[in-house]
Amino acid sequence: MGLTPRPEHRVVEYNPSSQEGWVATKLDFLVNWGRANSLWPMPFGTACCAIEFMATAASRFDLARFGMERMSFSPRQADVLICAGRVPFKLAPVIRRIWQQMPQPKWAIAMGACASSGNIFDNYAVVQGIDTIIPVDVYVPGCPPRPEGLMYGIMLLQEKVKSERMNDKTIRAEMEPDPKSKLYIPPPVIDELSEPFGNSVHQTRSGL
Amino acid sequence: MSDGFEIQYPGNALGNAAPAPVTPRDVPNRGGDQNPSGAALRQQFADAIERVDVVWGVTNVYVRPDRVLDIVRWLHDDSSQRYDYLSDVTAVEYRDLEAPIEVVWHLRSLPFRRELRLKAQLPKNKPLEIASVWSIYKCADWLERECFDMFGIRFIGHPDLRRILMWEQYREGFPLRKDFPLRGRFSRAEQLRQALAANPEARYSMEELSIADAFEDLPTDMRKRLKGGERTGE
Ligand code: SF4
Repeated sequence: MGLTPRPEHRVVEYNPSSQEGWVATKLDFLVNWGRANSLWPMPFGTACCAIEFMATAASRFDLARFGMERMSFSPRQADVLICAGRVPFKLAPVIRRIWQQMPQPKWAIAMGACASSGNIFDNYAVVQGIDTIIPVDVYVPGCPPRPEGLMYGIMLLQEKVKSERMNDKTIRAEMEPDPKSKLYIPPPVIDELSEPFGNSVHQTRSGL
Repeated sequence: MSDGFEIQYPGNALGNAAPAPVTPRDVPNRGGDQNPSGAALRQQFADAIERVDVVWGVTNVYVRPDRVLDIVRWLHDDSSQRYDYLSDVTAVEYRDLEAPIEVVWHLRSLPFRRELRLKAQLPKNKPLEIASVWSIYKCADWLERECFDMFGIRFIGHPDLRRILMWEQYREGFPLRKDFPLRGRFSRAEQLRQALAANPEARYSMEELSIADAFEDLPTDMRKRLKGGERTGE
């Protein structure tokens, strides 16, 4: 991921073939510029990645340079949920509720291998990636990711924000989980997403 | 205990002439100095002590499961023992299917600077039940709940034996048992569905929220929700 060249200037441009007028695109540009540069993170730190997140926010790496100096410890004033650390099943309803309490527009970053995929904790207690509970925009790999890694993820998110269009209704639609199963991804997909891989396929069911 | 606290200084029963504690070196794997409480227990409860050995410098006393409460109470109350601190209650299951499950109590005597490990063996073909030491050490409350949560050992006499680490309706079994598969028994989607169905705000009993007394004054919906504890979740 780090080797991919970063696309430059993916901001909204005037495209005569589209139906959008000059005013709408310029307004998009202005709104997105404002949003992208004042993302307020809601830190959801559950494990060691949170330490690295704190380092990112502290003076040496200084997250404030990206307009994120205000950590929002209330989900109602937050724009981006940064899940730093592993999420046990017991916390699954908590993070789901925090996500539902955040007002639109909102984004989510899964920081670290645990939040993205469950990492080595392929066991009975840990959620195999928070994307099975809430929609995730950016995954930051690493165990833990270096602050530069998290910042790269944040800059990718800023670019995503900058390329949003006001007349695209789909991006702001709130995802409603299926009322019966409380899941928003079909169960077979979740099972497939959390299939064991790598070394952990050898840690099969206990022999006894 | 009822007449307030008496401040304990580590080693204050040994007198001023007692040597300062030193970090033990070259501790043998088996054998070595036995904790004097081992011999005292043998004398006091001859029929209830199965075996005493010393492993890495700590004395293990294997006791009969039905006598645990008497023994712990004596160790706590007797003026020559004064084990006033329970540092852990846990259990061990061995890979051997025949081997019994061991419940382990780690006791510490601050006045005498002694460490004692009590073990009781519970055969697997009988219900896993043992007396709770909560009436002696209040800190045993959560320790025994954890032990119940992870191993399924019922502590008789515990005031509130519920799961503590896993959520209350967790029904895949007891995770630290050897026959429990590492990834749990249900599929990931099913585990997630059950976890998400739990109500994170109804997880506490009224005692834990310290509102048991004010229960009648609460709003009706809150009363309804709290009444069943987390059991309202699903
Ligand atoms: S990814 Fe690594 S550093 Fe981050 S929470 Fe998991 S184990 Fe800890």
